[in-house]
Amino acid sequence: MDYGTLRGLVALLIFALFIIIVLWSYSNKRSAAFEDIANSIFEEDELSKKIKQSHLDTNNNQETNNV
Amino acid sequence: MTTSNTSAVDYNFDVVRQFTVMTVIWGIFGTLVGVLIAAQLIWPALNFDTPWLTYSRLRPLHTNVVIFAFGTSALFATSYYVVQRTCQTRLFGGKLVAFTFWGWQAVIVAAVITLPLGYTSSKEYAEMEWPIDILLAVVWISYAIVFFGTLVKRKVSHIYVANWFFGAFILVIMVLHIGNSMAIPISAMKSYSIYSGAIDAMMQWWYGHNAVGFLLTAGFLGMMYYFVPKQAERPVYSYRLSIVHFWALISLYIWAGPHHLHYTALPDWVQTVGMTMSIVLFLPSWGGMINGIMTLSGAWHKLRTDPILRFLIVSLSFYGMSTFEGPMMAIKSVNALSHYTDWTIGHVHSGALGWVAMISIGAMYHLIPILFNQGRMYSIRMINVHFWLHTSGVILYIVAMWISGVMQGLMWRAVNTDGTLTYSFVESLTASYPFYFIRFIGGVLVVSGFILMGYNMLKTIYAKDGSLQPVEET
Repeated sequence: MDYGTLRGLVALLIFALFIIIVLWSYSNKRSAAFEDIANSIFEEDELSKKIKQSHLDTNNNQETNNV
Repeated sequence: MTTSNTSAVDYNFDVVRQFTVMTVIWGIFGTLVGVLIAAQLIWPALNFDTPWLTYSRLRPLHTNVVIFAFGTSALFATSYYVVQRTCQTRLFGGKLVAFTFWGWQAVIVAAVITLPLGYTSSKEYAEMEWPIDILLAVVWISYAIVFFGTLVKRKVSHIYVANWFFGAFILVIMVLHIGNSMAIPISAMKSYSIYSGAIDAMMQWWYGHNAVGFLLTAGFLGMMYYFVPKQAERPVYSYRLSIVHFWALISLYIWAGPHHLHYTALPDWVQTVGMTMSIVLFLPSWGGMINGIMTLSGAWHKLRTDPILRFLIVSLSFYGMSTFEGPMMAIKSVNALSHYTDWTIGHVHSGALGWVAMISIGAMYHLIPILFNQGRMYSIRMINVHFWLHTSGVILYIVAMWISGVMQGLMWRAVNTDGTLTYSFVESLTASYPFYFIRFIGGVLVVSGFILMGYNMLKTIYAKDGSLQPVEET
C-alpha cells in the first residue's frame, strides 16, 4: 500500500470514529447518566449544606435537652 | 482573612489563591503595556529614545504577559480548582504543585526582563530564548503530572467535561512548545531554530495557531464548562453536545495553522487544507458557544442582577463573533484583503479581550470570595462598573481596528490605470491615526476596569472573615 492510500484510510477511520462518538453520546441509553454528570458539579455544595444543617440540628437538640 | 476551607476534602487551595491573585496583577500589567504601545503608535516620542522602551521590544512583552502571565495564570488557577472540586480529591504531586507556581512566575519575570533587553528568538508568541524555553518546558511537564495525577486519583467515576478541555490544553501546549522551540544554542542567550525556510514558517504557525486553539480556546472552554453552570446555578445545556464539541474541536484545530501563511512560499495545497479546516472549525466553535449560552435558558433574568454572569455570557458572545470572523478571514480571497492590516489586530483583540479576558474575569469574580471565605466580592457595583468599562473598551477597540484595517487593505491594493499604486504606505498610515486614537481610548477603559478589579479584590481579601454576606435574590 502506498503512502497516499494509507493516509486516505486513516482519514476514513478517524471520520468513522467521530460518527461513532456522536452516536454514542446521543444514544438514549446514556441520557440519564449524562444528566447526573452534568449535575455532579453541584453535589459538593449540597454536601456542605447538609453538613452545616446537621451541625445546626445537633446544636438545636442540645438546647432542647438543656431545657 | 483566613484561608482554611470548610469542605469535607482537604483541598489544596493555596496554589489556587496564588494564581488567582497573580492573574489580576498580570492582567493590570499586561494591558498597561498594551496601552503604552498603542500610545506609541500615535505619539512615537513615547519611547523616550530608549532601546528598552521601543515598540519592537515592548510588543512581544505585551503579548507574552497577557497570554502567558495573565491568561495562563487564570488557567492554572481554574484548572487546579476545577480538577479538585470535580474529582473530589486533593491535588496530586506534593511539592511539585508549589513548583508550578514559582516556576511559572520565574518564567514570566525572566520574559519581562529579557524581552525589553532585546533577547528574542523572533518567533511570534514564542520569543523567549532557549534557557527560558527549557524552564518553561520543565514547569509545563510538572503541570501535566499534577493535573493528570489528580485525575488518576479521583474519587468519582466520571471525568467532568471541563477537565477534558483542560487536559487537552495542557497536553497539546506541551507538544507545541517543545516542538516549535527546538533550537541550537550558540551562546547563553542566542539560538537558532533547527527548522529552516518554509518548514520553519509552518512549524511556527502550527504552534502559533494552536496556541490560540488550545491555550486561548480549549483551556478557557474548560473554564466555561464549569463556571457558567456554577454561576447560573443550572447544569450545562447539553452534556452530550459538550462531548461532540470536545472531539470535533480538538481534531480540527490542529490543521488550521497554514491560514497564517496564505500566498507565501508554503505549498498551495497546504494553504488550501488550512483554509478548509479553518472554515469547518466554525461548526464546533458555535456548537460550544450555543451550549454555553443556552445553559442560561429559562434563567435569563439573572443577567439583569448578576454582573459576574454578564461577564461570562458576554464573553461567549464575543467568542461566537470572533469564531465567525476567523473562518471568514481564513478564506484566501478575504485574507488577501485582511492580512497585514489592523483587521487582524481587531480580530485578535475581540478574541483576547472579549472572550479570554471576560471569561477569566467572570471566573475570578466567582472564585475570589470562595477562596478567601467570603459570601461575595467587596462591591458588586464595582463589578458592574468594570463590566461596562471593559465592554465599551473592547467595542471601541475592535470597531476602530475593523475600519482602519479594511481601509488599509483597500488603500494598499488600489492601483491606477497605468498599474502604479494609488497610495503610498505613509498615506495609509496617516489615514489610520484617528482610529489609533480610538483604540487607545478603548485600551485605557480596559485598564481602568482591571485596576478597579484589583482594588475590589484587595478589599475582599482583607475584609473581616465572613463579613461580606451574599445578596439574597428577591
